Amino acid sequence: MVIGAGMAGMAAALFASRRGIPTVQAGLTGETLYASGLFDLYGVSHGSSRVLIDNPWQGLQMLRQDYPNHPFCRVSNAQIRSAMDLLTGFLEAAGYPYQGYPDKNARLITPVGTIKRTFRVPETMWTGVLALAAKAPCLIVDIRGLRGFSATQIVSTLKPSWPDLKAASIDLPWENRLGPKYAEQIARGLQAEDARRKLADAIRPQLGLAEYVGLPAILGIHDTETVRKDIVKMLGVSVFEIPTMPPAISGVRLKAAFDMHMPGLGVNAFYHHTVHTIHRRRDGRFVLEIGRTKPETTVMADRVLLATGRFLGKGLVAERRGICETLLDIPVCQPENRGCWHREAFLDPKGHAINLAGIEVDNRFRPVTATARPVYDNLYAAGSILAHQDWIRTKSGTGLAVATAYGAIEAVADGLDDNPKG
Amino acid sequence: MNKTLSTQVLIIGGGATGAGLARDLALRGVRCILVEKRDINAGASGGNHGLLHSGARYIASDPAAARECRDEGALIKRLAPQCVEDTGGLFVAVEGDDERYIADFADRCRRCGIVAVSVDPKDALEMEPSLSTKTIAAFAVADASIDPFKLSLDNLAQAGGLGARQLLHHQVVGFDRRGGRIATVRLKDNRRGIEILVQADQIVNAGGAWAAEVAAMAGGRIKMVYSQGTLIICQTRIGERVINRLRMAADADILVPASTVSIFGTTSKRIDVPDNYRPTTAEIDAMIDDGRAVIPKLAHTRYIRAYAGVRPLVRSGDGTDDRAVSRGYSLLDHEADGLDNFISITGGKLTTYRLMAEKTADLVCRRLGNTSPCRTAKDPLPASSEARYTEPGLTPKMWFRRKDPSDLLLCECEMVPTSVFNEIVASLTTDGHRPGLLEMGQRSRVGKGPCQGSFCSLRITAHMYNEGMLEGREGVGELKAFLNERWRGMQPLLWGPAVSQAELQEALHCGLLGLDVSETA
Repeated sequence: MVIGAGMAGMAAALFASRRGIPTVQAGLTGETLYASGLFDLYGVSHGSSRVLIDNPWQGLQMLRQDYPNHPFCRVSNAQIRSAMDLLTGFLEAAGYPYQGYPDKNARLITPVGTIKRTFRVPETMWTGVLALAAKAPCLIVDIRGLRGFSATQIVSTLKPSWPDLKAASIDLPWENRLGPKYAEQIARGLQAEDARRKLADAIRPQLGLAEYVGLPAILGIHDTETVRKDIVKMLGVSVFEIPTMPPAISGVRLKAAFDMHMPGLGVNAFYHHTVHTIHRRRDGRFVLEIGRTKPETTVMADRVLLATGRFLGKGLVAERRGICETLLDIPVCQPENRGCWHREAFLDPKGHAINLAGIEVDNRFRPVTATARPVYDNLYAAGSILAHQDWIRTKSGTGLAVATAYGAIEAVADGLDDNPKG
Repeated sequence: MNKTLSTQVLIIGGGATGAGLARDLALRGVRCILVEKRDINAGASGGNHGLLHSGARYIASDPAAARECRDEGALIKRLAPQCVEDTGGLFVAVEGDDERYIADFADRCRRCGIVAVSVDPKDALEMEPSLSTKTIAAFAVADASIDPFKLSLDNLAQAGGLGARQLLHHQVVGFDRRGGRIATVRLKDNRRGIEILVQADQIVNAGGAWAAEVAAMAGGRIKMVYSQGTLIICQTRIGERVINRLRMAADADILVPASTVSIFGTTSKRIDVPDNYRPTTAEIDAMIDDGRAVIPKLAHTRYIRAYAGVRPLVRSGDGTDDRAVSRGYSLLDHEADGLDNFISITGGKLTTYRLMAEKTADLVCRRLGNTSPCRTAKDPLPASSEARYTEPGLTPKMWFRRKDPSDLLLCECEMVPTSVFNEIVASLTTDGHRPGLLEMGQRSRVGKGPCQGSFCSLRITAHMYNEGMLEGREGVGELKAFLNERWRGMQPLLWGPAVSQAELQEALHCGLLGLDVSETA
């Protein structure tokens, strides 16, 4: 039983199905809408001196030496690589391919003109990585009415180090209605070839000497590559997407891919369901009642994997007096009191102590008690709920989710012959 | 060559007193310039309860201040009704509170000429259902809620209409003294880094908590202590009236409704320098645990922002309890310091700001030989347009009424449209400087909704680039400053769902946008 339908839960269900482990999954997928679509692995070093990481594999080796508690220490680079490949392979089959360097982080531009390091990039954004690396002549285009995305902002901010960057604004050519424009609507519109042609026609007069065109992430939902390649052909230059502020189209695409293709893998998926009650029987098996707003289905599970996330995912809850795990109230490793949770400056590069709080696990990803013994021998945890990591500041969200999900499912598979003990 | 400005009066400090003084002098035909190192009401004038005191809070500790509050409170209600919500107030005691103080309360009020009507605890509970059922005594008084920011902007708007100038983000960096006179005042434009000189016949130091620092630069002396008061804003309005704890003034005594929210406070914590103030988790936890005795709901309600202000207290004796230091104001002529054109006005309360301005203007005018009488005790304070967008619910109403689909919302939580944003920008730009995100946040509801600026800050910076208000890498700096400032108010209140919101914000601003590392191309 996998509880959680964020990146870690999805990865765990995927890995379990690949290993032929009968799996039930429950959780809310809505949060995926906030995903950037970028798969980070390890972009900035852990600890108080934040160093930008070029080679994530080397970076992870260093991390393991310096921070033996970090969840990345419980999986090898080879396992993480397999995990990433399985995930991107699944998405490629679902029509949403990814790109990246084998041993190097990619750098891409953000909507505020800063640079983001990540490991795997949706194909739709990949040529942007190449354009930035070459500082090639490039035109950034925004769409009037699509708020929070200004080509002028991106270009002004980057221009000092990228002189061949130009900005242009266009009106959405097939839309006469005034008012705000939304990426998802535009993306649905671009499914029609005629709309793509009009978009290309609107961009063409601005092209100048540009070899690349950067657009906000709007190039389709289910058929992104068809849309993008079509526009590339019409314009005769490379075209790439730049992430937009969430909830963004990249999250919509991921959610669609998971919602549509996970059940096909044999995962017994209950999305939009949450776990209402969970209890452990004397024989060690878990009995869970799951449902949308009230219990609808009872699931009996030999093993449970918690991939319930942190505060946003509701795997953890922060009360004024302390942090608790929400489902089984298992011990949470945390700072001494609320006064130590957050630093005085939001952007303090050292990061906030609350983000290192979480569930402590053993080498087999089983939550442990204060005396380092597994809480239950058939309970596992993976993803951002784990302690001793700060996925946001180290830019390692997806990497951490899939790596620990992989490790946990391996541990589950290893233990399949043993029956749970009461 | 530095630019030199000359004027009759230079006012240092853009809080309520400075703004009130600018208006008072302008109404008497005196030319003046007001300088403020940060923004309007950046100090205690912005960091307070927004409570227009009936005076009942000071009947025991400071009867003179109580009487001043009584008179000034009534006057402001009458002359500046646009800034006031006349809620009325209750003083409430619960089981365990000091019975002697309760017994003496009515009598003490009477001696100060303050009306306090005894209310049966049962009736009090009906009037204010959020009160504790353990209420044992209650009195109704004439407290009210006031919008301090609107008050200052309205004062400055009228002053400006009469020719007064204001220089925001200009800091006094030195005084050139010739004998007993200050010949020139040196200002630094904190944004552009350039120096400006001002020659003035009279200089008024209305620096609030920073008055001692300013006076020291001029060679004057003020003995001050600094007392931090922390306040928290509840997400919803709890109660119709101002609710005071009926006891000798202490921490966590007052809940003031302010349009759609309520403000709960406060504390009194001695600090060494007026710049080092920020609300702490310990203060807030203690405050909630104390205040819930009178209003049990305070333990469970959601809070949206914490802030602190520094009370500028002028010291006479050597007591250790800052609440025992007079809340009256101090008007100092600095003649003992050998200065004949320098005046300091500090201490006091928001409620008595007008009186402080009047007394100061009287002294200034005596020195200038101006015999015009003060008009602020009789003339109404005109409502200005600059101040109106801080009111919740106003911009949504306007936006719905106009129904202009091309007028995009920049802040979705509080529904602030582009047109309003541009209007505020235009009003600020005429003063010769470009407004930033923080200033815009102060003059509108931007960043004050549930997202606390996470999303609207991005829409607004994009818009500002499109309008040519930002260039180069300025936007990154603007965003960082804005987010760190909003964080100041959120950080001590992070528990429960607020922690999830903070996590989402960090994932966006640090995870995706990398504002914590700010890597460049």
